[in-house]
Parts: sequence; structure tokens; C-alpha cells
Amino acid sequence: MQIAFLASFLAVGLSARDFPLWHAPLIFATALATQIVFTRLLRLPDAGLLSPVITSFGLTLLLRTDLLWIPPLAAFLAIASKFVLRIRGRHFLNPANFGLCACMLITPHAWCSPAQWGEGPLLLLWVLALGCMVAHRAFRSDVSLAFLGSWILLRAARVLYLGQRAPVLLHQLESGSLLLFTFFMISDPKTTPRGRAARLGFAGCVAALAFALQHVAYARNPIIWALFLCAPLVPLLDWFEETLASTKEQPCAALYSWPSR
Amino acid sequence: MRRALLLAFALTAAPRAHAFCGFFVGKADAQLFNKSSQVALVRDGERTVLTMSNDYQGPLSEFALVVPVPSVLTREQIHIGDRKLLERLDAYSSPRLVEYTDPDPCEVRERAVFPMSMPMAAGSMRSREMTDHAKAMGVTIEAAYTVGEYDILLLSAKQSEGLEAWLRESGYRIPAHASRALAPYVKQDMKFFVAKVNLKEQKKAGFQELRPIQIAYESPRFMLPIRLGMANAQGGAGFAGDGPEPKAKAGGSPQDLIVYVMTRNGRVESSNYQTVKIPSDAEVPEYVQKQFGEFYKAAFARTWKQHGQRAVVTEYVWNMGWCDPCAAPPMEARELRELGVFWLDSNGPAVRGGGMPITLTRLHVRYDAEHFPEDLMFQETGDQQNFQGRYVLNHPFRGEMKCEAREGYLESVRERRRREATTLASLTGWSVEKIRERMGPDAPPHADPWWKTLWKRP
Repeated sequence: MQIAFLASFLAVGLSARDFPLWHAPLIFATALATQIVFTRLLRLPDAGLLSPVITSFGLTLLLRTDLLWIPPLAAFLAIASKFVLRIRGRHFLNPANFGLCACMLITPHAWCSPAQWGEGPLLLLWVLALGCMVAHRAFRSDVSLAFLGSWILLRAARVLYLGQRAPVLLHQLESGSLLLFTFFMISDPKTTPRGRAARLGFAGCVAALAFALQHVAYARNPIIWALFLCAPLVPLLDWFEETLASTKEQPCAALYSWPSR
Repeated sequence: MRRALLLAFALTAAPRAHAFCGFFVGKADAQLFNKSSQVALVRDGERTVLTMSNDYQGPLSEFALVVPVPSVLTREQIHIGDRKLLERLDAYSSPRLVEYTDPDPCEVRERAVFPMSMPMAAGSMRSREMTDHAKAMGVTIEAAYTVGEYDILLLSAKQSEGLEAWLRESGYRIPAHASRALAPYVKQDMKFFVAKVNLKEQKKAGFQELRPIQIAYESPRFMLPIRLGMANAQGGAGFAGDGPEPKAKAGGSPQDLIVYVMTRNGRVESSNYQTVKIPSDAEVPEYVQKQFGEFYKAAFARTWKQHGQRAVVTEYVWNMGWCDPCAAPPMEARELRELGVFWLDSNGPAVRGGGMPITLTRLHVRYDAEHFPEDLMFQETGDQQNFQGRYVLNHPFRGEMKCEAREGYLESVRERRRREATTLASLTGWSVEKIRERMGPDAPPHADPWWKTLWKRP
């Protein structure tokens, strides 16, 4: 389902001749190869290839470059980060987001074009409906919706404050990369906090930081960078929640089990 | 200077309301695109130089320009440029037609290339009283200069309504409800750069046409305000002024804006509207040579419509060190410097045949209030791939041919013409029949129906 959705997104991009044809195969091949090599090297149980495929879709749809070596590099960094950059046994960086940000940091020849899919409202609705289903299936619709909700609220508040009209808000939300980000990047269950409250807080943090990046620092692609910068919060929030849970349990354990020991 | 510069709108009271809803107004007869404005935007880091060219043709006393700017500009940040600079940029980067002539099929030799270009052009009020009056309305005159033929004021305002009223009372002809368009800029604490023609200075200078205003500033935001220009294009807003108020019937008829962006590293695209490339490198029938303007207008309109009238169209991206084919002689270092390319050493010779640290991106925006609800935001990408709107004419060999290759060659020409007619139809949306008609004797014969040769005996 998710694949079908991303593939149709890709088809739209290709039909708009938005990026060259060689882009996608290079990313997919590198991502799959990296996944297989790491799984073998580290003798990990085979986790299937769905994850690298989804990462590849995300990268193909968001990364733009005019150099041949950047797409494979982004794919390699994205997948390798899952195996190498781990805290407490869990990877915390969204692979596609990391690949994209790392390449944008390394070279100006990598960039992200947030407005590339045009703004057909019909397309948007279609995308939204399908996106919700995918996110729901992955049981993480709470992150997507919390992020989208906070983002819309912040944007709406600004539009109201500036005395702009409603179409301005709609225009700001009619963005392909916003949707991709909401339903296929931030929703990744592996790289969001485990607890529901922490997940919602995390989504709000990303939205708030993105808003600040856009209107205070005037950064480009604020949501992408916000997720990148907020990623360290994931292990932190997980740790915090675990600690909280264990301190909550301890008094009870002490009360009931200590005398028997 | 934290805030971006926001662009301008021409405030005029010309009775042909629909012709003046933008901030620049094109010569309908001389230019290909009516109501077009041209802006050169030079940017590196946060440093920005904006050149606004103006084809205003109405009474000079009624011309006015309002540009929201990030801060109060000093006199040195304002310059009056030369119209020729933008004309040169236009000629240099406009979509072009190139022609090739087939060689004699009976001889083997190199193809000759003849590039052809088809340029597509693109009262002083400083009295104490005035200042006090302005203050009472929440408007502060931060600075006042006379630069060239313009009287320039830099205003700050506390309220958009006060600003609208003040501008109107001070004789600036601004559209009704302009305060709505002004409000977001006032809220963001932007200043307003307001220019009028100083008729005395204008006479003294002796220029027939208004020269472009250039401003240099720093801003973290890379954008071009277009919203103000649409203030009176929204559903028949009228013009304020003495006497009866002519109504703009256009109700938001689109305006053309051509932006020449010069940056150091690569192509520029919009970050809040889809940026598409004009279909290029297409082979078109020979007759297009005589009607290239009409052809390009149709091709542009089709691309614009295909993308929901919401896209920014890229017409040219090239390193300014060279061009191929050159539609006009390349710009000299002195001219680029004049346009504001501050990182270029004007004394050094312009590098030819190689790269130069300047990429020129020509963006063509056809906008109206409905489809472009927000100002244009840009981003510089690292993309250094060259691109140009280029259309190819193939002239067949018309000399005498005395060899066996003749028949094959003539058939290939017919086939090519068929292809060219189809290409032209898909580029412009014109019907193939209409195209065939225009091709005249060159029109390829209709291809035989498929069944014609089905049972044909060899």
C-alpha cells in the first residue's frame, strides 16, 4: 500500500520531468545493496527490504542534484546510518532525512525542491486520503496528525496575525514535500519515540522548530531540518520515559516484594 | 536587516485600468507580452541588488512606485540605472530560434549552424506640514531623496489603513483596499520605498523614458513581493483619484513578470511555487521563423495552463561566461557590475569561453491574485546545468540533386515535416490542420491510411 502510494508519487514526478531518469535506479540499487551488505556483515536477522525501498522512495522524491555521485551517496548514508548511528541499541535518525540532510551539508550540489509537484488540489486530496491510510496502517497516524495539526495551527496563526487571506494558508499547505514529510518521514515508527505522549510532544517540537527556522532564521526546507535537529530527542524521550516508568514501579516493588526477600 | 525586501507596485491613475494593475506595465504594441515587468535580481549571501525596469507610458505626473523594503535605505543604496542593461539581458536570454540548413544529400560535409536570435522584450513633499500630517496618521517619513528624475521617500507606518490614507492624500493614486495588501508588510515592520517622478529633474535630464530604479540591501529572505502589484487586480477594485473612478474590469487578468536572477553558484528556482522548464530543443516547421513571437506566446501559454497557471517558468539558465548559440553579444563585466554583480571585478576582462562565477536564471511568471496568493520566494540551487528555450528550424536542401540518395532524402524531409507539424501542435495547442495550412506548399502529404498497403501486391 505504502509502496503503491509512493510509486504513484514517483510517477507524477517523472511525468513532470521533475528529475532525471537515472536518479531513481541509482538510489534504489545503492540502498538495497547497502542494506544487504550491512545485514550480512553484522550477521543480523533478515529484516526484509521494505524499509530500504521506502527510504529510497523518500530520497528519490525529495533529493535533487546535478551530480551523478550524490544520489548513491545519499542512499548509502541513509541506510548505513541505521546500522552505525545507534543509541541504546536503536537507530534514531530517520534514514531518508539523514541522507538528504547529510548531502545538503556536504555539497551545494544537493538540494531539495519543496514546491516541485505543483499544486493540483485534487492531487492533494488524493494524496492526503491515501497518505492517511498508509500512516494508519503503520499505526503511527498520531505522529503525522500531531505534526500536521501543530503545523497548520502555527501557519494559520501567522496568516491571521499578518491579516492575510485564507488562500495564503491553503497555498502554504499545498506542498508535495509537506505531505511526503508528514506521512512518510516523520511517521516512521523506528525513529519516533515509543510512548504516545512522547511521540505527540516530539511532533509538536518538530513543527515548532520548523516554524522558527522558517520565520526567524529564514531557513529553506525548514521541516526537513527540524526533523534532523530534533532526532536526538528520540532516544532522550525514550530514556526519560523508561526512567519515569521504572521510578514509578520501584516504590510498589519495594512495598510488596522487599519483605519477602 | 532582518527582513526581506518586498517588491513594488505601480500606482497610477491611468484610465485604462486593466493595463496598469501590475507594478510595471509593458508596451502592448512593442513587446510580446502585454503588461510585463522586468526585474533583475542579483544575490549572493544576503546581499541583494534589485533593478526594476519600467515601461510606463502614461503621464509622468501620475507615475508612482511603492516598494516595501527591509529597512530605511540610505541615499547610497539607491541608484538610477540604464534601461539598456535590462534590454541587453532580455536579448541575451530570450528564447531563441536556431536554424540549420540541410547539406546537399549528394555530398558529405559538416552541417552549418546559423544561430538567430529573436529578442522578446521583454511632487516633492518635504514640508514640515506634510511630515506632521503623516505622523498624525501613523506614517513616518524616514528619509527623502531626489535621485535622478525621481523623488523618493522612505516611509514607515504603524497601520496599513493610515498608510493607504496618507498615500492617497499625498496624491499617490492607489487602488481601493490597498491597505489589505499593505497590511502584512506593515505588520512585519517593513519600510516603504515610494517614488514619484520629479518633472523638473526629468526635463533637465532629458530622458524620454523612465530609467530603472536600483536598490541595494541585505536581507536573509530571497524573495520578490508580487502581492502589492495585484492589489487592484482583485475583482474589479477601482482607482482612487479625482473625478469619477474608473473601474478595473479585468478582475485579476494575469500579468507577466520576467525576473533575471544572477547568483554565484547555480540555478534559481521558486521555493513556494512549482518551477518548470519551458519545453525546449523542439524542431518546428520553417514557417515559424516568420511568426516566432506568436509561436512562443502560444507555447508559453500552453505550458502555463498545463501547470494549473500556478507555475514559474524557467526560460534560460546559463553561466554568464559563455553562450551557445549567443542570441545577443555576451554582457561585459562593466555591464554586469552596473547591474549589481558586486563580486565581479569590473576592471578585469570578462572571461570568455570558460566559466564565470555568475549563473543567469531567467524566470517568467504569469500571475494573478487567484493563482499566486503569496509573494514569490526563491532558492539558489547548486544546479549548474545549462538550459535555454531553443527551437530548431531545419531548412531542406533546395539545390539540384542528381544522385540516388535524392528520393530517400526527400522522403526523410517529408517525414521530418510531419514530425515538426505534430511537435508544433503539441507545443502550442494549435490544430495540426491549421499548422498544415500555414505550412503552405511545405505541408507534408497526409500519411497513407494503414489499410492502403495492406493487400497491396508487391
